[in-house]
Amino acid sequence: MTGRDGRIVVVGASLAGLRAAETLRDEGFTGSLTVVGEERHEPYDRPPLSKQVLLGRVPPDHVALPARRPVDADWRLGVRATGLDLEKRLVRLSDGADLPFDRLLVATGVRARPWPDEAQAALDGVVGVRTLEDARGLLERLEAGPRRVLVIGAGFTGSEMASVCRERGLDVVVAERGGAPLIGALGGVLAEVAADIQRAHGVDLRCGVTVTALEGDGRGRLARARLSDGAALEVDVAVVALGAVRNTEWLAGSGLAAGPRGVACDAGCHAFDLNGVVTDDVFVAGDVARFPHPVYEYQLLALEHWGNAVAQAEVAAHNMVSPGVRKRPHLSLPAFWSSQFGVNIKSLGVPSFADEVAVVQGSVEERRFVAVYGYQGRVTAAVAFDQAMWLDFYGRLIEAAAPFPPGFDTVGRPGKPEVLPADVPDPAVLSHGPTVAVTGHLPDERRVTLLRPPG
Amino acid sequence: MRLMVDLNRCQGYGQCVFLAPEVFSLHGEEALLYDAAPDEGQIERVRRAAAACPVQAILVEEGPRAGLDTEADRDRA
Ligand SMILES: Cc1cc2nc3c(=O)[nH]c(=O)nc-3n(C[C@H](O)[C@H](O)[C@H](O)COP(=O)(O)OP(=O)(O)OC[C@H]3O[C@@H](n4cnc5c(N)ncnc54)[C@H](O)[C@@H]3O)c2cc1C
Ligand code: SF4
Repeated sequence: MTGRDGRIVVVGASLAGLRAAETLRDEGFTGSLTVVGEERHEPYDRPPLSKQVLLGRVPPDHVALPARRPVDADWRLGVRATGLDLEKRLVRLSDGADLPFDRLLVATGVRARPWPDEAQAALDGVVGVRTLEDARGLLERLEAGPRRVLVIGAGFTGSEMASVCRERGLDVVVAERGGAPLIGALGGVLAEVAADIQRAHGVDLRCGVTVTALEGDGRGRLARARLSDGAALEVDVAVVALGAVRNTEWLAGSGLAAGPRGVACDAGCHAFDLNGVVTDDVFVAGDVARFPHPVYEYQLLALEHWGNAVAQAEVAAHNMVSPGVRKRPHLSLPAFWSSQFGVNIKSLGVPSFADEVAVVQGSVEERRFVAVYGYQGRVTAAVAFDQAMWLDFYGRLIEAAAPFPPGFDTVGRPGKPEVLPADVPDPAVLSHGPTVAVTGHLPDERRVTLLRPPG
Repeated sequence: MRLMVDLNRCQGYGQCVFLAPEVFSLHGEEALLYDAAPDEGQIERVRRAAAACPVQAILVEEGPRAGLDTEADRDRA
């Protein structure tokens, strides 16, 4: 068996799985390729769900991902991987079959963290936003004109949902345990700007509170929500946006370093085993991965970012068919976008890896600006609100570990920028899971326990 | 036809919006929204938009595959 033949199995048929399959064929892999996906749909794109789809601008089935090339593969859709036997090199499937492989790519992503109380979660009107089915169900409810929508958690998904509701003219309450929306991802300074934007658009934003109970009307329909400050809200729909859970349960007992924070891998996307030794033939990509990044002191990053899923899948696939000297590292800077309340938010680097922040360009009052984040005197991230064109410039500063605060006179803001504390809270105190987590140096999770936030 | 925009790359100048307004639109100043499975009649405009994008952020797959609710998709349900 050379790198170009043999049997490759990809588990997870979404963004990372599809781009990996394409890259494998692009790089001349001629062996057998099987892609296993639990969802019965062909790969589709998730970001439009909480934007154009729920806004009602585009039908929900208009989200299939275009292929970059035809992929000759056996697609096993609607089938779940239930186990991995590394010794026999088998993936066990929910339909009873065992799938042998020579090399394996783990691309099982994340799922929406469910509302912790099962009976309350089952109430008609309590919904998540991760899958196409979620979006279809939620679209129907929004179109039915609910009296009031409750969004639980003010991370990116929750904030985008609040924006969708306001644009539809619906009353919406956002409940977040942290001090402000997006605070886990952007820190306190920009989170205050996000809070102002929400309030200016008529969102009933309630921070520092948790939702303690969702109550039915006696016939299985959601009727009311109770908050920790004693408030009781009449609501028809509750959107659960409490962050994500990594899909790693199927790897339990496999010997891989897989757990609640993801599957640990090296910069070449090779999975670590529980002892911290890299495996030769198991690779990881996308939201499920934890990988070391040199800009962030080689700590393992867990990102829920579209761009990371694409870039990491390409590197993983390349390395799956390449001999040692030709392997590539996955080094691209973390990047994401979000659009909410008509504002284009873009980020490069890791804003939560910061002790200070400064607005270096534009105007916060006009909500058009760039903020730069620094950690121990070097630039580690930049976030733009409606200033996308400038981000690449800051990306170069991050990669060069340029001094923070940046020393130049910036556009429209002569003189020195005001440097503020970054105010990044401990993720444990938030309702929303941050979509970026810096998870330390150890691949092993034996000492990590999964805490389910109460809401 | 199917399409996708790499919104990490997109700079929101809106050349695509100008060239294929039924497929691409701006939400506010520079947030781009688009229909990933537009009508086949839009193909010429979409091609032009993809070619004009200054950062080559638009990926187009031409051909009969469009939305998700294909026969196969329904059969599997
Ligand atoms: C509503 C929403 C909006 C978003 N907006 C943005 C945005 O604006 N910007 C941005 O950068 N990112 C955004 N994202 C994040 C982005 O969509 C993800 O980063 C991306 O989908 C990751 O791709 P993935 O392939 O790694 O994982 P996923 O898309 O999670 O796919 C994993 C797949 O594996 C399948 N699977 C899981 N377990 C198994 C198993 N045991 N066997 C078989 N299959 C399995 C799952 O069913 C799923 O289909 C958004 C996500 C959502 C949900
Ligand atoms: S032309 Fe390209 S960069 Fe400009 S808005 Fe369209 S996709 Fe974005």
